[in-house]
Amino acid sequence: MLKLYGKIDFKNIAFKGWKLFYVTFNPNIPDILKSQFAFIVDNHNYKKGFGSYLSFEKVKKDIPNLFTLKNEFQYLSEGDVIRLDDNGGYACIFRLSSRYNTLLLTEQCNHYCLMCSQPPKKQDDSWLLDQSMKIIEMIPKNTESMGFSGGEPTLYGEGFVNLLRRTKLTLPNTGLDVLTNGRAFAQESFTKSIADVAHPNCTFGIPLYSHDPVRHNYVVQAENAFDETIKGILNLKAYNQRVEIRVVIHKQTIDHLIETCRYITKNLIFVDHVALMGLEITGFTRANLDKLWVDPYEYKNILSEAVRILNHYNISTSVYNHQLCTVNNDVLPNYQKSISDWKNEFVGECDGCQKKSECGGFFSSSIKYRYSDNIKAFA
Amino acid sequence: MSKFQEIEFYKKPETKYELLPFRFINLSEDQLLLTNLVGEYYLTDREVLDDLVRHRLDRENSAYSSLRSRHFLYDEQTSIAKDLLKIKYRTRFNKLDEFTSLHMFVVSLRCEHSCPYCQVSRQSDDKIKYDMSKEIASKSVDLALRSPSKNIKIEFQGGESLLNFDLIKYIVEEAKLRNTDKNLGFVIATNLAVVTQEILDYCLIHDIHISTSLDGPRDLHNKNRPRPGRNSYEKTVEGIKLARETLGFDKVNAIMTTTESSLAIPEKIIDEYLLHNFSGIFLRPLSPYGFAIKTKKFNEYNAARWFEFYKLGLEYIIKLNKEGVIFREFYTSTILKKIFTFSDTGYVDLMSPAGIGIAAVVYNYDGSVFASDEGRMLAEMGEDKFKLGNVLSDTYKDIFLSDALLDPLEESFASSVPMCSECAFESYCGSDPVYHYATTKDFVGRKPESDFCYRNMNVFKYIFNRMNSDMYVEKLFMSWSK
Repeated sequence: MLKLYGKIDFKNIAFKGWKLFYVTFNPNIPDILKSQFAFIVDNHNYKKGFGSYLSFEKVKKDIPNLFTLKNEFQYLSEGDVIRLDDNGGYACIFRLSSRYNTLLLTEQCNHYCLMCSQPPKKQDDSWLLDQSMKIIEMIPKNTESMGFSGGEPTLYGEGFVNLLRRTKLTLPNTGLDVLTNGRAFAQESFTKSIADVAHPNCTFGIPLYSHDPVRHNYVVQAENAFDETIKGILNLKAYNQRVEIRVVIHKQTIDHLIETCRYITKNLIFVDHVALMGLEITGFTRANLDKLWVDPYEYKNILSEAVRILNHYNISTSVYNHQLCTVNNDVLPNYQKSISDWKNEFVGECDGCQKKSECGGFFSSSIKYRYSDNIKAFA
Repeated sequence: MSKFQEIEFYKKPETKYELLPFRFINLSEDQLLLTNLVGEYYLTDREVLDDLVRHRLDRENSAYSSLRSRHFLYDEQTSIAKDLLKIKYRTRFNKLDEFTSLHMFVVSLRCEHSCPYCQVSRQSDDKIKYDMSKEIASKSVDLALRSPSKNIKIEFQGGESLLNFDLIKYIVEEAKLRNTDKNLGFVIATNLAVVTQEILDYCLIHDIHISTSLDGPRDLHNKNRPRPGRNSYEKTVEGIKLARETLGFDKVNAIMTTTESSLAIPEKIIDEYLLHNFSGIFLRPLSPYGFAIKTKKFNEYNAARWFEFYKLGLEYIIKLNKEGVIFREFYTSTILKKIFTFSDTGYVDLMSPAGIGIAAVVYNYDGSVFASDEGRMLAEMGEDKFKLGNVLSDTYKDIFLSDALLDPLEESFASSVPMCSECAFESYCGSDPVYHYATTKDFVGRKPESDFCYRNMNVFKYIFNRMNSDMYVEKLFMSWSK
C-alpha cells in the first residue's frame, strides 16, 4: 500500500504555507518554468532555480526549499503533483502512473456513516477547495478520468459549482466522478446550477443503503437523509445528470439488499449505474466491525439475486470489492476488478490460485483486520 | 463508540400512519393481492390487511416497511412517496403524448381464403369495388404522417393484402417520399398463399416485415382456413420459410386464431409453433365480430372455455421452459411487462385510455376511417359506431377530435369506470369500448357479464398465483416481461 502523505524532514524553506509542485528528474527544465517544479536532487545534479528540491539521501550542499524523502516515497515519478508545507507536510496529490486519481475536497460531512473510510472532521478545511482549484490546472489535459470525494463536497455550495465549472473548462475531456450523499441536490436551485455547468462527462456517485428510510438514516447516522438523497437523485436525473447509486454491503444492509434493489428498479430505474460494494475495513468500520462484518461467502446467494434483479431491468450494475471465490458464477458478468492502488493484494489462502489475475483481491486493510473465512484457491 | 447512535434514535416519534389509495383482491383462500394506482403490488394475508386499514399494523412487522416503500402508506419517517408516485403515474401514461403510431391500411377486402371466423373478406374479383384506390391511399398516407408520433408503423391489412400489392408499393414509396422526420416501419399482414419471390425481394429492399396466420397443425389450420386446393397450411409454411430466407428470421411473425376446434389441443398448436422455430405464441381469444357472430361461432364458445385452453397452453409452455426450451406466451408477456414495470406496453387491446384511434387507427379500402380493426369489423355487420370519418372528406382534426372517438375514450377510461376503478387489476388491465359496445351497446358494458373482464381477471389471478407458488415460474415470468 502506498503512503501518499506524511511528515518529512526539511530545511531552508523560503515559502509560507503550502505549495503545489510537479515532480521532475529533469535538470534541464526551462528556467521560466522551474519554480513550478520539485526537482529530485542528489549530491551531483543540483541546478539552481527550482521551486523546491526533493532528495532520498543526505545532501551535503546547502540547498533552498529542500525536503528529504523516506524510501517509501520512491514511487514518485516524472509529472506527479505533490503538495509541500512549510512545516514539512508532504502529500502526493496526483500520480501520473495511477489510472485513477481522487481529489479530497473536504473532510467535513453531514453524514457520519457507520463504515466511513474517511472519518469526517469538524474544522474548516476550505483550503482544500483552493488547492483543488489549483491542481485542476496542473493535471494533464489528456487525463481520462478522475474523482472528487470528501467528506461531502457539496457542502461548499456555490464553491463546489465553481470548482466543477473550472474543471469542465480546464479538463473538458476528463471523465469526472463526484462522490456525494446527494442531499444538496434535493434543492432544485442547486441542482440547476450544477446542470448549468453542463460538464460533459460527470457522474454523481450517491450512496443508498436501504429502501427503508429509518435504516438508511441509521447507517449514515443522519436524520432526514433518506428523503433528501432520493429527492436529490430525482432532481439530478430530471436535470439529465449522470447518477450512480452505491450500496455498501454489510450486516446492516444485507438483510434488505434485495428489497433495496427492487426499490431502485421501481423508483430509480433511470439511474446510470448501480455499484454493489464489499466492505472496506478502514476508518469507522474498524470501530464498528461487530455491527458491520458479514462474510461475503454467506451472502453470495443474496448478492446473486440482487444482481439478477438489477440486470433484469437493464440497470448497468457492477460488483466491487469482492473476491472471486466468495461470489457465485452468475455475478461474474457484473464483477469488477478494483481500480484503486491499494487493492489487489492477496492472502496466503490465495497461493496457487489460478484466477488471481481476474480477481479483485483484497484491501490491505481487510488483510490486516478481517476477511472471509471462505477464501479458497481455484485449482 | 458512543459517537454512534443506535437505530432507535432514527425512528421519529410515531404518529398515526396514513393510507395511500390502494385496492385489493383475493387470490386464494389465504392470499390477498394489494395494488396501487401505479401498479406497485404486495401479496399478504387477511390479518395484515385488516391491521393495515385499521391503522394498527405493527411497525416491526416486515410488511410495514415493504408497504411503506411500495407507497401503500406514509408516515412521519418519510414523505417521499408522493414524489415517487407522481413520477410513476406519469410514466404509466407517458405513451399518450406519442399518439397514434400504428396505422392500418386495408388495401383490399378480397381474399382467396374463406375462413368462417373471418370478419372482413370477400371472395370476389371486383377490384374496383373492394380494392383501395390510389387517391384514398394518398390521403391516408398524409393523415398517417400527420400523427405527432415519432414512430409510424404502417400495417397492410385485408382481405388478403397481397392481392393489391401494387398499391402497397405505392403507399410504401409515397410514405417514404413524403416523410420528413418520422421513423417509418412497414408490416404486411398476409396469409402468404400468394406470396412470390419478387414480392419478398421488394420487402427486403424496403425493410417490410411479414405477419402471417398459423392456426396450428395441418388439419386444424386447413379446417379453420379453407381455400381452393385445401392447402392453406402448406402455402403458409412454405411462405414462412421463403420469407425468412429472404428477409431474415426475425422479420416474420405468425399469429393464431383460437376456434372451437383449437380448444382441445393447445399443446399441439404450441408444438406447431415450436416446429417452425417461433420464439413464442399468442394464445388469442376468438373475437366476437363479423362472421364469427353471424355464423354463431362465437356463441359456441365462451371465455371460461378459452381460459381453460389458455391455462393448459401456459402450463405446457412453462413445462417446456423447465425442460430447457425457451418459449413464451405473448399475452402473458404483455401483462407481465405491466406488472414488472410502470410503462405501458402499447398493446392496443389492453390499454386505458383505450388504444382506439390514439394508439392505432384503420384506413379502410373505401376511405372510411375506423378507431380500430374491431371497429371496422363491427361496421361490416352494419354498426358504424366507430367510424371516425372519411379520408376524402374529413380533415385530420375532424377525424381525431370527433365525438365518435373522444366519447368512447372518455367513457371507458378504466380508472373511472364502475367496478374497474376499484379493481385490484386496473393498472394492468385496459378498456375495450368496441368489444363492450358490440356485446352490450354500451362503451362501458356490464363487468360481471363481460367476457373481457372475466378473461383478464382470471389471467391476472392465474399469473400472480403461479408466481407466488413457484419460484421457477416467478423467475421465468420476470424474464418474459422484457
